[in-house]
Amino acid sequence: MNILVCVKRVPQTGGRIVLTADGQAIDTRFLGHTISPHEECGVEEAVQIVEKEGGSSTVLTLGPVEAEEQLRDAMAIGIERAVLLETDGSEWDPVSTAGAIAESIESQEAANAAFDLILFGNEAADTGDFQVGVRVAVALGRPIINGIKEIWLRDDRGAVFARREAPGGGWETYELPLPAILGVKEGLNLPRYPSVPGRLRAKKKEIERVALGGSPSGALGLGAGEDAAAAGASAVPGPTKLGLRLPAEEKTAAEVLGQGPDAASAVVDLFEKIGVVAR
Amino acid sequence: MSGPVLAFIEHAGGEPDRLSLEALALARGLAVSLAAPLEAIVLGSGAEAVAGRLGTFGAQAVHVAGAADFDAFAPAAWGAATRAAMESRQPAAVVAAGSERGNEVMAHVAARTGLPMAANVVSVSPGDGSGGAAGSWRLVRQRWAGSLLEDAALDAPTRLLTVAPHAVAIDPVASGAATPTILPFEPERDPADLIARVVKVEARTSSGVSLSDAKVVVGGGRGVGSAEGFGRLEELATALNGAVGGSRVVTSLGWRPHSDQIGQTGLRIAPDLYIACGISGAIQHIVGCKAAKQILAINTDPDSPIMAVADYAVIGDVATIVPAITAEIERRRGAP
Repeated sequence: MNILVCVKRVPQTGGRIVLTADGQAIDTRFLGHTISPHEECGVEEAVQIVEKEGGSSTVLTLGPVEAEEQLRDAMAIGIERAVLLETDGSEWDPVSTAGAIAESIESQEAANAAFDLILFGNEAADTGDFQVGVRVAVALGRPIINGIKEIWLRDDRGAVFARREAPGGGWETYELPLPAILGVKEGLNLPRYPSVPGRLRAKKKEIERVALGGSPSGALGLGAGEDAAAAGASAVPGPTKLGLRLPAEEKTAAEVLGQGPDAASAVVDLFEKIGVVAR
Repeated sequence: MSGPVLAFIEHAGGEPDRLSLEALALARGLAVSLAAPLEAIVLGSGAEAVAGRLGTFGAQAVHVAGAADFDAFAPAAWGAATRAAMESRQPAAVVAAGSERGNEVMAHVAARTGLPMAANVVSVSPGDGSGGAAGSWRLVRQRWAGSLLEDAALDAPTRLLTVAPHAVAIDPVASGAATPTILPFEPERDPADLIARVVKVEARTSSGVSLSDAKVVVGGGRGVGSAEGFGRLEELATALNGAVGGSRVVTSLGWRPHSDQIGQTGLRIAPDLYIACGISGAIQHIVGCKAAKQILAINTDPDSPIMAVADYAVIGDVATIVPAITAEIERRRGAP
């Protein structure tokens, strides 16, 4: 089983988000970075499947040279190969990102072996565009389903079963013939922490680099939908970021109803007032 | 005049989905600004009945593909049906809910048409100021599940938008809502689009109200102390006919299943009352609960970040306060 997992480097925000002075980005001077949470589970899943089934695992990211850190994190828990589509650090829109990833997958499959399974995160934690995996799947002509929290292979290894939560609760199952693409969500597994020997091994491994530079705007010719391609047009990039801002804080200080269990009476008075218990 | 604004409507049990009605409300505002007709798309068996209910929310016409092939969720096929409606109507915009399904269907529409898509939009101003649909539209969309807002421009022949959950209020027509015109259509079904399709559904095993529908949600964080500690939260939730959820910490620790997680990588809820027990209030959790009408925080630390979004607070240990509240509810119910 050859598996590719696509990841994104994102800042590790905990408390308040602070923006740069020009309002174009998060101020990351005092923040660490991580693999976006859904994709951490994708990395763990790829490692687990290859441990069980044999084959090879590859991690790919599109990002600045610093994203090497996230590729090495993935290799530290057992991913074998890593590919960095290196940008100049500028933000790539989802159309351009998907186009570059699809092109890279095609060239890797031509040089090595085809990927039976490609994993994306359901959405990136930072930009939340909800579309890169689907655009790549359409460009490659492979089936994709998102929101996946459980993966298992059919007995003949010709298809993958994938399960996700149904709207309103419960579960729904999909069966996709391989090669296939899945968008996965946190909850798929509990990602392991890398061991020290794992980290040391990852440090020595090579990373395949492809220089991309700045985000292309306008004529792409990559990742274009088939309708657009048929019309001789390329995909239209976007949306175009103008700036970032923090949402307005509308709340004032909380009204303290009391301390400890003695506050129970005041709490139930409140429940009666707002109508969640009958008077 | 600009082409219509099309809204993609999800439905279950004969009723339009709540998040889809929020999307329809944003679409209606957009249609008014463009002086364009507001139309909807509904798929699957029972679509016509759902379509009839959309006049209340301003839809003038509804494109109905009632084939049973569309009953089971298949994002590429639902996307293809949407594209078929787009081809006949040349809409200025197509709007769907920023739900799991809405975002996925629109991503398929975007990928197959080569159009850009803006996900989880909270507001949009059409046009370049000339009053028409042309030019670059300005929009505000959520990043980090709403911890951050992005001002963006979107320029395309048809704008594809999904609407952030709980960011726009459902907006029924004040009076004299007309019954919408039903426009049946038969989109072609490409077998390739039906590969990724639900083949099996398992119903919810737990009884009681679901976390996404509950009017009262009792949420627990690290301060609950253990998986067993959630028993106290369950009792309070039962007394309030509510549901129990948790922060990312408690699902990562295995105290609760991941499906109970409230926050950026879990559910975004909008109950009448959210009771945050032993939750410090990391930004990733706040984005999942801030749409609650009222928030009561129970926490030992009066300076924890949850207090900044809470309306009410009780200071102290959840292990003693939560059972005391449950007991007080029972006592008043038992009183003659």
